[in-house]
Formats: sequence, structure tokens, C-alpha cells
Amino acid sequence: MSSSVPAVGDRIVHKAFPPITRHRLALYCGASGDHNPIHVDIDFAKAAGFPDVFAHGMLVMGYLGQALTDAVAPSRIRSFSTRFAAITQLGAALTCEGTVTELIEQGGEKRAKLALTTKDQNGEIKLAGEAVIAL
Amino acid sequence: MVDQSAVGRTFTPVTARVEPGRLRFFLDTLGETNAVYRDGSAAQAAGLAAAPVPPTYLFCLEMMDAAEPFEFLTALGIDLARVLHGEQRFDYHAPVVVGDTLTFRPRVTSVTEKKGGAMTLIVVETAATNQAGVHVADTSRTIVVRNARPS
Repeated sequence: MSSSVPAVGDRIVHKAFPPITRHRLALYCGASGDHNPIHVDIDFAKAAGFPDVFAHGMLVMGYLGQALTDAVAPSRIRSFSTRFAAITQLGAALTCEGTVTELIEQGGEKRAKLALTTKDQNGEIKLAGEAVIAL
Repeated sequence: MVDQSAVGRTFTPVTARVEPGRLRFFLDTLGETNAVYRDGSAAQAAGLAAAPVPPTYLFCLEMMDAAEPFEFLTALGIDLARVLHGEQRFDYHAPVVVGDTLTFRPRVTSVTEKKGGAMTLIVVETAATNQAGVHVADTSRTIVVRNARPS
């Protein structure tokens, strides 16, 4: 981000990910330490009232974080937050985007606020978030 | 049902080390190929001691090394099957890199009933410090409990 200062309205984050498989959920269960069976055990998920297992919210936020740090060095991220707007189903092919909404001065440095979204292949918003980055 | 008496509850602190092999498993799982996370020399050229962790990895570290990863649910009498993740926030104050040892201290900061008691929103905030005592980050997790309908 040091080479050019973004302008309000610029879409600086954009990345698409492959469809989420059961295998991916099993790997994320181990890799993240989140062993909640609702994401990998269909019997548990059904007993909890869901038709099938579904993605960990933090897997989806992990993808959004990856899209973010493709555009912005990790050391420049000051905050990163999201609301989990809807459950992300198996097979979802996610696209993550981030647009500059505001340029600010904060903590003695120039920063930008980004509005972040993660949508599935039907355009449904799964995550709606925000990041503050140092410019 | 969890009520206001839960606000202020703290849970067992968790100490976790950023191990390179475990981090690689996380990167591979997400298909993360960004050299910033995999090439320590690039990080060192940028003035860091080692490669940084991805922005959501703090959440994982706390769960991976907790003796009871869902202690806060058990302690508050919440059934894991009734929990959804509502919101998540990270505030970063200093770099976290491979080799660091972090300590996480979680506490309940709010309890809010929604939809006439059909749902309860619980916010758990966690301060993370590193091996030098530097306050590196704060995380905030909002969980949504789908309450059983009284019959």
C-alpha cells in the first residue's frame, strides 16, 4: 500500500475460492483446533436441527483474511472484524471483496477503512465486515 | 439460560506457542500461498523476527492449546449444539510471529437477550500478550445461543 494511496470507493480486495468440501471442513477442524462436531459429523448436525454439516465461520473469515492480506501486508492491519450473516453451506464457492470507505488519521498514522464482504455463488452475503489498515 | 450474572466471568488463561508445523497445516488448509507467511527471510527483511501469522490465527491458537477448548460454554451451562458464531473482531497492537508464545485471558463482557429470549448473544473478549509481556492483540467473539423454547 506504500506505493499508492487508495481513494474512497476503490475495490482493493478481491479473491475467489474453490467450493467448500467436506474434506476441507475436516482439515480445518484439525488445523484450527475448533473440534465442534457440528462442522464434520452429520449425525451431530442433524441432531442439532441442521440438514447437514456446514462451514466453520472462522474458515470463511480465514478466507476473507487471506483475500485481505493478498492486498495489504499483515503488519498493516490494525483491526479486522466481521458479522456472520448467514450459514455457509457445503459446496459454497466464496468470493471476498473489500472497498475503501473512508480515509482517516488515527493513532498518529494515516489509515483507511475497508468494507468487506464474502458472498457465495448465488450472491448471498455470508460475512459482512470491516478492516482498518495503515497506509 | 445465561443471564447478566455471567458478565465479568473469566476463564482459565491459555498459553499457546506459534509452532511452524501447525501453522503450515493451517496455511495448507486454506490454500494460502502468500510468501509473507512462508518465507521467514522476507519477514526478516521487513524487520520482523520471523514470519507473521494470518489475521484470524489468534482465534485458533487459543482453541488449540486450551485444556478445555469450550470451557466457557461448559462453565455457563451452554450446549455446544445450540451455539452459532455471531461476530468476531480482532484488534492488533503488535506483530505476532512464528516462535512467539502467547497467553490469552478471556472474560465475558456482555449478555443480551434477543427475540423475546429465543436467542442470547454472549460477548467474550480476550486479551493476548506475548512472551515479553507485550499486549499484542484483543479479540472479541460474539456467540449466539439458540435457546430451547419453554413448553
